[in-house]
Amino acid sequence: MEYGLDLEYSFNEFLKGFGLSSEIAHIIWLPLPMLLVLVAAVVGVLVTVWLERKISAAAQQRIGPEYAGALGVLQPIADGLKLLVKEDIIPAKADGILFTAGPILVLVPVILSWLIVPFGQNLLISNVGIGIFLWIALSSIQPIGLLMSGYASNNKYSLLGGLRAAAQSISYEIPLALSVLAIVLMTNSLSTVDIVNQQSGAGILSWNIWRQPVGFIVFWICALAECERLPFDLPEAEEELVAGYQTEYAGMKFALFYLGSYINLILSALLVSILYLGGWGFPIPVELIAKFLNLPINAPFIQVFTASIGIVMTVLKAYLLVFIAILLRWTTPRVRIDQLLDLGWKFLLPISLANLLITAGLKLAFPQFFGG
Amino acid sequence: MSIAITTQFICFTVLSLVVIIGALGVVLLESIVYSAFLLGGVFMSVAGLYLLLNASFVAAAQVLVYVGAVNVLIIFAIMLVNKKEDLKPINDIKSRRVISTSICLTLLSLLIRVDLTNVWSLSSPQNSIGEESTIRIGEHLFSDYLLPFEVASVLLLMAMIGAIVLARRDVMSEDISTGLPVDQELIEKSSEPLLTNKN
Repeated sequence: MEYGLDLEYSFNEFLKGFGLSSEIAHIIWLPLPMLLVLVAAVVGVLVTVWLERKISAAAQQRIGPEYAGALGVLQPIADGLKLLVKEDIIPAKADGILFTAGPILVLVPVILSWLIVPFGQNLLISNVGIGIFLWIALSSIQPIGLLMSGYASNNKYSLLGGLRAAAQSISYEIPLALSVLAIVLMTNSLSTVDIVNQQSGAGILSWNIWRQPVGFIVFWICALAECERLPFDLPEAEEELVAGYQTEYAGMKFALFYLGSYINLILSALLVSILYLGGWGFPIPVELIAKFLNLPINAPFIQVFTASIGIVMTVLKAYLLVFIAILLRWTTPRVRIDQLLDLGWKFLLPISLANLLITAGLKLAFPQFFGG
Repeated sequence: MSIAITTQFICFTVLSLVVIIGALGVVLLESIVYSAFLLGGVFMSVAGLYLLLNASFVAAAQVLVYVGAVNVLIIFAIMLVNKKEDLKPINDIKSRRVISTSICLTLLSLLIRVDLTNVWSLSSPQNSIGEESTIRIGEHLFSDYLLPFEVASVLLLMAMIGAIVLARRDVMSEDISTGLPVDQELIEKSSEPLLTNKN
């Protein structure tokens, strides 16, 4: 199965051509993926912010941003610059250290989770064995940052927002992990690359969404709740809590929360597309197309073509889901806190448990369809 | 010394320092909120140590269970009952401190003894399984460690039932500590439907 571009290997070979040792080449290689992730995440956020403004405008029959660049594409950059040069305020009675550490603790785990997002067979930062489990573990750190900033703001709305965020995140993490577990059961592996490869047999027909429809819906609801998107944006419900845990924040610290929530949204969309929508897979398998065109699968041209198709497909699927999330945000009302917890504990948790049991049973009964 | 070993050494030093200083901070700091957040830092650094030992699954489980669940719940509880009140001075504080110090020192000497007597060197370093450890842990949990695993789950179930009994005060008719009849009023008002028929 080892085909596709391996950029790290080629890069190291290229540097060794200049007479560098493999260790030095590795050290020169190391910062590149990190930088790439940061750039990709930030560009993704800019695109999403623009989409959010434009789609919300369309949903409300407005025009939206219009003057900053063509169709207002430069608007998110203007927003970002504004936040960057704003005064950094720490309230007088706030706890300075925790106030500063909170936003960092919210943002860092989200960016770290990009480690496991694959755009192709070798187009990911690190194919760690624990794969998707790493994301579940990292996303559980976030509530600490939210509680920290809620507490440090010394403001009752902030504290309530932080507590709500933690409660919401804890209760929706369980169905989320259970629906991921059903996928892992079918794949026999935690690695995201294996999860995508397992879905690549027959193009669109072998995607996990057909075998895990319940898991897909549960995962999507939980992912929206984890991102604190409307209908689940209770932690920052502006009519009740001003802005929740962000109330006292301004300038770049506020921007960190902002970035964090949007990066989290894109990450969730990417993971839904990896777990359920075939990841980088084209609806028709690329091998079939290559065979149809009588081209060898290992030709350099085909490899570059496959890699670019993979990246385009992953991003396309993810942004389709982002579009649905934005549409949901501007068309649905917010749930109450008791409805939120009822939905999480009394509906999603039993359903995802049943889904896991049924998946295990089906795997025993039909091993050829449910991951033998 | 190769670059990999140097990196490993630096990581180990930093993580151990964070664990030791953080743990001291948890015990010695006055503010309980700071202690709780530092505890999270200590848990994270222990996960880092596991990573250095090539046990990535254990590290992720450590983060998920200890940081994501235990520490969040501790902080949650502290913030829900965060009253600013001075603790009552205890009369025999000195003798208590002596007793707790001696107990801690005994435990420490026990650990040091284990450290000195145990043979730590692996017989063959090639046998390290790395990424395969997830599968091995699963196999062990469902074969030779099945009973401890199940007993632990029964323990958690007991804790959960206890929490429900404590939280639902209408189950008990009298207070455990004082013996007085329990105040049966709910904290919140009884919920009435918002949109009642106004005929």
